[in-house]
Amino acid sequence: MKMELNKEYVLALIAVVLGLLAGAILMMLTGNNPLQGYYFLIRGGLMSIERVGNTLATATPLIFTGLAVAFAFRTGLFNIGAAGQMLAGGLCATAIGLSFAWPKVILLPTAVLGALIAGALWGFVPGYLKSRFNVHEVVSSIMMNWIAYWTVYYVVPGYFKGPYLETESRKITEAASLKVAWLTKMFSGSYINLGFFLAVLAVIVIAFILNKTTLGYELKAVGFNRHAAEYAGIRSNRNIVISMMISGALAGLGGAAFYIGYASNIQIGVMPSQGFDGIAVSLLGANSPWGVFFAAVFFGLLHSGKGFMNAMTNIPPEIADSIIATIIYFAATSILIERCWDRLKKYLRGAK
Amino acid sequence: MSFVVEMLRIRKEFPGIVANDDITLQVKQGEIHALLGENGAGKSTLMSILFGLYQPDGGEIRIRGKQVEISNPNVANDLGIGMVHQHFKLVHNFTITENIILGIEPKRGLVVDKKAASAKIRELSEKYGLNVDPDAKIEDVSVGMQQRVEILKMLYRNADVLIFDEPTSVLTPQEIQELMKIMRNLIAEGKSIILITHKLKEIKAIADRCTVIRRGRLIGTVDVAETSEARMAEMMVGREVNFQVVKAPAKPGKVVLAVENLSVLNNRKVLGLKDFSLEVRAGEIVGVAGVDGNGQVELVEAITGMRRAESGKIMLNGKDITEASVRSRIKAGIAHIPEDRHKHGLILDYSMEDNIALKVYDEPPYSSRGLLNRNEIRRYAQTVIEEFDVRSGQGAISVARSLSGGNQQKAIVGRELAQNPELLIAVQPTRGLDVGAIEYIHRRLVEQRDKGKAVLLVSLELDEILSVSDRIAVINNGELVGIVQADETDENEIGLMMAGVKRGDIR
Repeated sequence: MKMELNKEYVLALIAVVLGLLAGAILMMLTGNNPLQGYYFLIRGGLMSIERVGNTLATATPLIFTGLAVAFAFRTGLFNIGAAGQMLAGGLCATAIGLSFAWPKVILLPTAVLGALIAGALWGFVPGYLKSRFNVHEVVSSIMMNWIAYWTVYYVVPGYFKGPYLETESRKITEAASLKVAWLTKMFSGSYINLGFFLAVLAVIVIAFILNKTTLGYELKAVGFNRHAAEYAGIRSNRNIVISMMISGALAGLGGAAFYIGYASNIQIGVMPSQGFDGIAVSLLGANSPWGVFFAAVFFGLLHSGKGFMNAMTNIPPEIADSIIATIIYFAATSILIERCWDRLKKYLRGAK
Repeated sequence: MSFVVEMLRIRKEFPGIVANDDITLQVKQGEIHALLGENGAGKSTLMSILFGLYQPDGGEIRIRGKQVEISNPNVANDLGIGMVHQHFKLVHNFTITENIILGIEPKRGLVVDKKAASAKIRELSEKYGLNVDPDAKIEDVSVGMQQRVEILKMLYRNADVLIFDEPTSVLTPQEIQELMKIMRNLIAEGKSIILITHKLKEIKAIADRCTVIRRGRLIGTVDVAETSEARMAEMMVGREVNFQVVKAPAKPGKVVLAVENLSVLNNRKVLGLKDFSLEVRAGEIVGVAGVDGNGQVELVEAITGMRRAESGKIMLNGKDITEASVRSRIKAGIAHIPEDRHKHGLILDYSMEDNIALKVYDEPPYSSRGLLNRNEIRRYAQTVIEEFDVRSGQGAISVARSLSGGNQQKAIVGRELAQNPELLIAVQPTRGLDVGAIEYIHRRLVEQRDKGKAVLLVSLELDEILSVSDRIAVINNGELVGIVQADETDENEIGLMMAGVKRGDIR
């Protein structure tokens, strides 16, 4: 078991290295020095305490959506609806934040809880449809994405319109924000917010559920082999619904971390890219909670460093996105890498 | 003597395993050559190489003395090699003619010339005594007939080396007799046959020579007439084997399982089990005999709760469990060794301890308040592993996938028996196992019976049913044909009943 886990990490690392190599080649092709490029990319993400904070803040929603996708995947479900669940969660949190004038200790937890419930609801629908009518969750969760998208489109201008713009909500008050003064100060004015700690907590809770509880045992059993799970008396339909709800709740929390943490209002007409990036994070993190955490932080680093790289060199910021795309590509084809690895080992053994 | 097929020093590796290691198989013109080995010995790999599905890593193939490279099944076809697969590849709503000409349709202008094809098929059918009606639809004919269609497909393509892959596993004893007659006709007409099997009796009955392989290695080629079944078994397994199941007469007690007028839908949403009634008493083994796909799956799944009953009742120890959940039936004392250990029996990516805990993880001491107690689970798994002699690389923490089939099966048997069940349902419990493991599992079944428990044994192997059961229920087309005492019947009678021939119920 341990051996195999190590192997998965090695494969993820190989994917990262290959992605970075591909990025280097792209930089060379565009006439730039890749070493310099990477130097500024990494500096941009880590050079000051503020930038470190921003890297973590960028990673926060990715940790949530990555966990959401990974968790559903362990039950054999492909939750492609993290974007919609994020929107539902973010809208709910924003709405609560804008509707009540409670003190922070009550308002903020209520808003976060609202996001969790809204996300869970958005996950429940595809889960229920799958268990009851065998509707494929990919189809229904994509539809749920668009339902969330248009709900925001309708609700925000109608009820929470900003003072100048029709296309975004009013700014939430400090009392409803995950940003807190002491943390902002500690990271010299960075975007980092309580969402990051929530994310770490979520990683720990999910790792606990998956490894230590009967629920996790059942969910994984259904994911690995639904027939055997049913043979053993595990009600797989019920587990599918629970898994999708937990997955949706995680993405909903990601929505809270993004819309009332990283940002301070919600815009209409934007499907949050973090929802889909979560799939990549989960893939690179080998669907394990801590793997997801590190993959998300790594992606956060690339995202937050690319602006600085662009400012200091002629390298376009899209290179960072290309690197991410390449890494995803290599992570997805890790079977290929594994096979090459095995062949190489065999060859080396033959040479001896 | 000329060889029609020669596979010389064939080697084939898969990641982590050598499936064929230096195997030589030489088939003479006009003989029936058996290829004998346990499941996983490398028979299928070897034949797949001959049929062009795999490329060998070493060695050479000669057909009629000429060295060839068989890069795909079409090349094999052109060389006159045909394969009758274990699972037929037929289009059910096509006629026999349409199935046979599929892919090589004779044309007259723009239309398919079915008439000519049909005439040719009729002629072939008569020549080899196949008795096939070219215009019948596949869905309307018996399994034995479908197999003959597969044979005709090969003959139509002018194959003269025919590979039969476990051809008897889907047939009744009478159909097996017929198949053997057909095989003799084929030989008489100058064809050569390679027969893949692990059934010694059939080899003894029909084959001329026999090549034995074990764990990817060639053990030897023998003349069947000069070799005893015991000797061949020994070559196959690597040690002496005992075929006889030793058991005292049964002492049946109270009724444990009562199935009353049970009807169950199959996967095609029609009744797969019709008005079926059966009783299993404490201290007896009831065997269910029947050709594959005649309602056994529906019966077992209805009793275990994995499939809903349309009508009828299932009683366990006098309590109606017809509507009970799978889990509550498990807790009530039903254990189930499933037919497909990879589909139902194990979660292959789980460790052995997690698999062994599969039916007890939700109760103390293995978990409490939703939290697993890993130490207790491991301790439990280790006792089961020890008691049932499950061998694996890392004991309780080995991944189930890494175990051999026999050890996987022992783990399942161990898990089910460790519950000390009132009723044990064993479906094909020895499928694909080596002779040693078969002996072991049979002994365990009898032991369970002698402890005063009820055992329901469902198997497609008639020998197994006859030697292990006390009473035998014969099932055909979802209906109970009759129940007979195991010591008052024989293969012939059961065979006839399996084909649906009724006989007075002599319970």
